[in-house]
Amino acid sequence: MLLEVHDLRVSIGAVTPLDGVSFALDRGEIHGLVGESGSGKSLTAMAVMGLLPLIGGSVTGGTLRFDGHSLQRPEAELRKLRGRRIAFITQNPMTALDPVRRIGAQVDEVATLHLGLDRKAARVRTIDILTKLRIPSAETVAHSYPHQLSGGMKQRIVIAMALAAEPDLIVADEPTTALDVTVQAQIIHILTTLVRENGMGLLLITHDMGVVAQACDRVTVLYAGRVAEAQPVGGLFAAPCHPYTRALMECIPREGMARGALAGIPGVVPSVVNYPAGCRFHPRCARADAICCTQVPRLTSQGLDGFLSCHHPLGEPSS
Amino acid sequence: MTDILRIENLTKTFTQNAGLFGKPRSMSAVRDVSLSVAKGGVVGIVGESGCGKSTLARLILRLIEPTSGRVLHGETDLTHLSHRSLQKARKDMAMVFQDPYSSLDPRYSVFDCLAEAYIVQGQRMPTGRVEDLLDKVGLPRTLAQSYPHQLSGGQRQRVGIARALALSPELVILDEPTASLDVSIQAQIILLLQGLRRDLGLTYIFISHDLGLVRYFCDRIVVMYVGSVVEDIRDPQSPPQHPYTATLMASTFAPDPQLRKDLVALEGEIPSPFDLPLGCAFAGRCPRASARCKSERPTLAPGPSGHPVACFHPLGAGGL
Amino acid sequence: MMRRLTPLRNAFRTPTGMLAGGWLLLVITVAVFAHLLTPYDYDIQDLAHAKMPPDAAHWMGTDEFGRDLMTRIFYGARTSMTVSTVSIGLSLLCGLTLGAAAAYFGGWFDRVVTTAVDLTWSFPEILIALLLVAIIGPGTMGTMVAISVAYLAQFTRLTRAQILSLKSETFVEAARSLGASHGHLLFGHLIPNALTPVLVAAMLATGDAIILEATLGFFGLGAQPPTPSWGAMMSSGAAQLFTAPWIILLPGLVLTITVIAINLFGDALIEALDIRAKLRDA
Repeated sequence: MLLEVHDLRVSIGAVTPLDGVSFALDRGEIHGLVGESGSGKSLTAMAVMGLLPLIGGSVTGGTLRFDGHSLQRPEAELRKLRGRRIAFITQNPMTALDPVRRIGAQVDEVATLHLGLDRKAARVRTIDILTKLRIPSAETVAHSYPHQLSGGMKQRIVIAMALAAEPDLIVADEPTTALDVTVQAQIIHILTTLVRENGMGLLLITHDMGVVAQACDRVTVLYAGRVAEAQPVGGLFAAPCHPYTRALMECIPREGMARGALAGIPGVVPSVVNYPAGCRFHPRCARADAICCTQVPRLTSQGLDGFLSCHHPLGEPSS
Repeated sequence: MTDILRIENLTKTFTQNAGLFGKPRSMSAVRDVSLSVAKGGVVGIVGESGCGKSTLARLILRLIEPTSGRVLHGETDLTHLSHRSLQKARKDMAMVFQDPYSSLDPRYSVFDCLAEAYIVQGQRMPTGRVEDLLDKVGLPRTLAQSYPHQLSGGQRQRVGIARALALSPELVILDEPTASLDVSIQAQIILLLQGLRRDLGLTYIFISHDLGLVRYFCDRIVVMYVGSVVEDIRDPQSPPQHPYTATLMASTFAPDPQLRKDLVALEGEIPSPFDLPLGCAFAGRCPRASARCKSERPTLAPGPSGHPVACFHPLGAGGL
Repeated sequence: MMRRLTPLRNAFRTPTGMLAGGWLLLVITVAVFAHLLTPYDYDIQDLAHAKMPPDAAHWMGTDEFGRDLMTRIFYGARTSMTVSTVSIGLSLLCGLTLGAAAAYFGGWFDRVVTTAVDLTWSFPEILIALLLVAIIGPGTMGTMVAISVAYLAQFTRLTRAQILSLKSETFVEAARSLGASHGHLLFGHLIPNALTPVLVAAMLATGDAIILEATLGFFGLGAQPPTPSWGAMMSSGAAQLFTAPWIILLPGLVLTITVIAINLFGDALIEALDIRAKLRDA
């Protein structure tokens, strides 16, 4: 397994927003980590990248393994991995690039730093990657500054930088949320094509079920800091086992949906300061009963290829 | 069916000062848009960045002054009203804003927010009106004394809707009202809006970038691209006629892995409004563009499916 | 109301806030109740007991005319507090009005105000104050007007910056969409939301104004004798520096501590209100 996260617990000061997140990702797999706000998906990304100290957080439980080796290492060792073997794509392309340096220099830097190439070789490689990403007039773009490019273009540059060192794993945190719909489609296409072509793994973090359906092989659904369900993408959409997953599907307007078929989920996503006891979804769940209010459901295997944490999964009668 | 709103040749041009050494540049956020809205309908206006949908919303309420054209509400020409008369006219139309976090004054309690409409119009608020409004939007009455920072995003947006309904307007313009909300909350708000429209006989103009949502919620879809209307779909289920609409649909992912889209053909970027080419704004990216498209700007005319489209080579009734 | 006062209470909770705030409350109490707290009159001379060091009868000693120094310092607090608060208050009111009008209405009015502000901004307040006192003449009234005008640019600028950024807030647009008039927007939304940083700036400016008043007093241009003012006391005490140092040092010390206290408390208040970013444009 390329990436294995087991029972991850993350704390920020006195609160523990992430509480037992587990999933695994293999080479060549596009794994979707999906959840609404407050589900802990961004924190998971930061934990994998070792960036929690930036927000005053720390891993307080569980394990993170990349290619068999633990990711809980001193910063100096993590820095060797970051950018070289694990690349990170953030949500906001507007702030991911250094505004006072030209694009070419920024992409070159990845190759010179991580691959030890000299400036000329790095530049050749940069132009090559920009062309692969279907950036028109790659030479001109390399000479430009970030503010001269559009949002979609900037995000392609960020992806170029992520790919430049030929990483094994890319962690993309909501890479298309800030972009227009047509641009998002192009970015998702490029990202998924290149990842598959190069046999990389992609951890795609998003709140958008459409993106998940389009791009992912497997999906882990997070709710309030825990895993609700994990399945291959086909199974998740055709036969969700967790009431939250099903309820989430019914919130999304889709092709051929009859007027009145849209349903919301009553209540609000709990904030970290008032997580409910037992199953965190129970206040909003139609199937909840006494067990759900007190006992935390464990993450157990479901079927051939899935995981689930629920006392009364769909497909089984609730008491 | 009477027209509650008529927009005629509305244009808004912004000029950017270039400082000491440059020439001032101008761009038209909204270019020659004409639209009629029937009473009781839900008109969706959909498009990506720079299409002008938010500017159009503000032009309708004259929160921004148009450069040319006019907006008629019933018989009244809103565009040429005096400032005072405009203030009075505003009680029949209301707007719900996108960002629930900045659309409420942090110093006003929920009660103050809802009462403000009456204060501003110089009318006496009937007793129990605030409670009545809170009931309508599904908020507990006890929230009346709360302040925005004590409310969640979904609750704030409900307050925004209640505020819009305070003076019982006929027309409500919703500018991406759910874009900042989680999917589960978005669905709650959409259900609320549907119920309110039924109960209060409202007309909605619903602005969004989410085509899937617009197709579900609206009974008419106006597609905008860089300031102009490119297609005016009267039946949300009918196939697109404009190549841009087709691109938009092809880019909208369905929440269903069986319906994955083929993304190979999508290319190009939205042109900068400061630098618009001659002719059709979409010609640079359009697989069907001809020489005529590059030199002449198409105007809205009935297309093969019957509804208006601004294209010289619209897609046939069969779609893409 | 209690919600609005919470930052004030929080500012008092920090150690510096408590000390600084405590001192300021002491000074204000002393200024208000000077006539009740002092056994002596501030202008009764007693040459037999002139230049006496602090003792049981005179806790802070006497000045060169035998007047009780503590009494004069207490009444001097009254002068300092009155002049600084009145002049800053006046300046604040005018600055709020001008700044808000300039930011809201824009156009030629804004250009005129901005130019005037930019011109005055480049002059140090002491220069403006001296100029005005030279025209109006020395005395408490003249000092107040001078200090008022000297700080007008600062408040106008700050208010204008606040209102400009608030104008584009969605809740202001929402109020307009309801049909709000200019007055309602200004007094219902814009000015109330702009007030907080401006009020804190006013508080800090009061500290500056106290120094300015003392400076003018030092040169004999402030409150005229026999009205005590810390600056004038320091001025006349300068000549006695080696024979009766307490005459210059004690008022000087009280002045210094008070201004430091204002700055420290102002800082604590800025932290409690979390408006450091808004004040950067001042």
